[in-house]
Amino acid sequence: MKPHPASAAAQGLLNCHSCGLLSKNVPNASDRCPRCGTHLHMRKPNSLTRTWALLIAAFILYIPANLLPVMHTASIIYEEDDTIMSGVIYLWTSGSWPLAILVFCASVTVPLAKLIALTILAITAQRKSTWRQQERTKLYRMVEFVGRWSMLDIFVVALMVGLVHFQSLATISAGPGALAFASVVVITMFAAMSFDPRLIWDPEPKDDD
Amino acid sequence: MIDEHLIACHECDLLLRPPQLEPGGVARCPRCNATLFAAPQNSQERTLAFTLGATILFLLANFFPIMGLQIGGTEITCTLTGAALELYNDGMHTLGILVMITTVIVPATQLLIMLYMLLPLSLGIMPPRVPDLLRMLQLLRPWSMVEVFMLGILVSLTKLAAMATVIPGIALWSFALLMLLMTAAFSVFDARQIWRQLPVEGR
Ligand SMILES: [Zn+2]
Ligand SMILES: [Zn+2]
Repeated sequence: MKPHPASAAAQGLLNCHSCGLLSKNVPNASDRCPRCGTHLHMRKPNSLTRTWALLIAAFILYIPANLLPVMHTASIIYEEDDTIMSGVIYLWTSGSWPLAILVFCASVTVPLAKLIALTILAITAQRKSTWRQQERTKLYRMVEFVGRWSMLDIFVVALMVGLVHFQSLATISAGPGALAFASVVVITMFAAMSFDPRLIWDPEPKDDD
Repeated sequence: MIDEHLIACHECDLLLRPPQLEPGGVARCPRCNATLFAAPQNSQERTLAFTLGATILFLLANFFPIMGLQIGGTEITCTLTGAALELYNDGMHTLGILVMITTVIVPATQLLIMLYMLLPLSLGIMPPRVPDLLRMLQLLRPWSMVEVFMLGILVSLTKLAAMATVIPGIALWSFALLMLLMTAAFSVFDARQIWRQLPVEGR
């Protein structure tokens, strides 16, 4: 890692990620920030390795999350298994299309876009690319911002299960897809957290940029 | 000796001299455009007011029913914690715990930390362990999902309306207001101002 000349790292300075205090870079494992006591690191330790491991886990879980039912409804008249997608379709056909679009974005588009975006970030950082650094930083910021919204469907399942306990009339229970889906959300949130955006800016820009 | 006035961007590590801000202004990184810091007006007073309001709403949201369902002649009501517990008892332990953490435990911890810091600070007293608590606040932030949960309630209501008559409860309105107040509290909260009041050892 060769830090960019304008970076604090290139001047031998270290930014505390908790309180923002600059310290002189003494690369010992036991170094703590003189103001807040946080462990200081030049960059998040093993940032890329951790991001990759979490990303791969999330990609694998993404498949059962979409294929397995997230909710099971049983009443005297009917029995039904809902996947993430069939939940969206239900909202659409019942006329609440604004909610259908919202749930579709939060549960289908956002998780997939997040996985792809994090993969792009990890690959380019690994190759020490200086390509579109500003846009990549923006992408990272978006990934961090939208992460929580994928929990929407989990909350819907939780509320439906919790609210509907009519005993003999109807029962709703959570399906195995809900657990897979929640894991994807939590794991991608950790993946985004383990990525260090400063890695985007560390490589020196080439002259032809 | 380190220049006391320099800071580094937390997103791209650019070394820079922080700009002087007018009250209400926002400082951005010239290289990556990250928000470096903001200087909200009367930050401490406003954060405290929003936090106190949010705490009251939080209690209402958790102890009153979120909605009632009427099916035939029977009516049942349910609280937020009741919904999470039901999930837990239904065998989905992990999901129940996850819902509890993101909608009850984390927001409650955030509010308690804010009150613990801001009440003494408003009297000019620096309470102990503030660095740990500020750090924890930063760590907790992505795991507080009050606004996502609010939307989840809306979607559930729509789905349930097809099965039964839904009667909105006190907690529903409290939750909507809680979402607004917590967002307001965090947007006017200025952690930098508190960090600067803390001593730096051995520099
Ligand atoms: Zn620090
Ligand atoms: Zn920057």
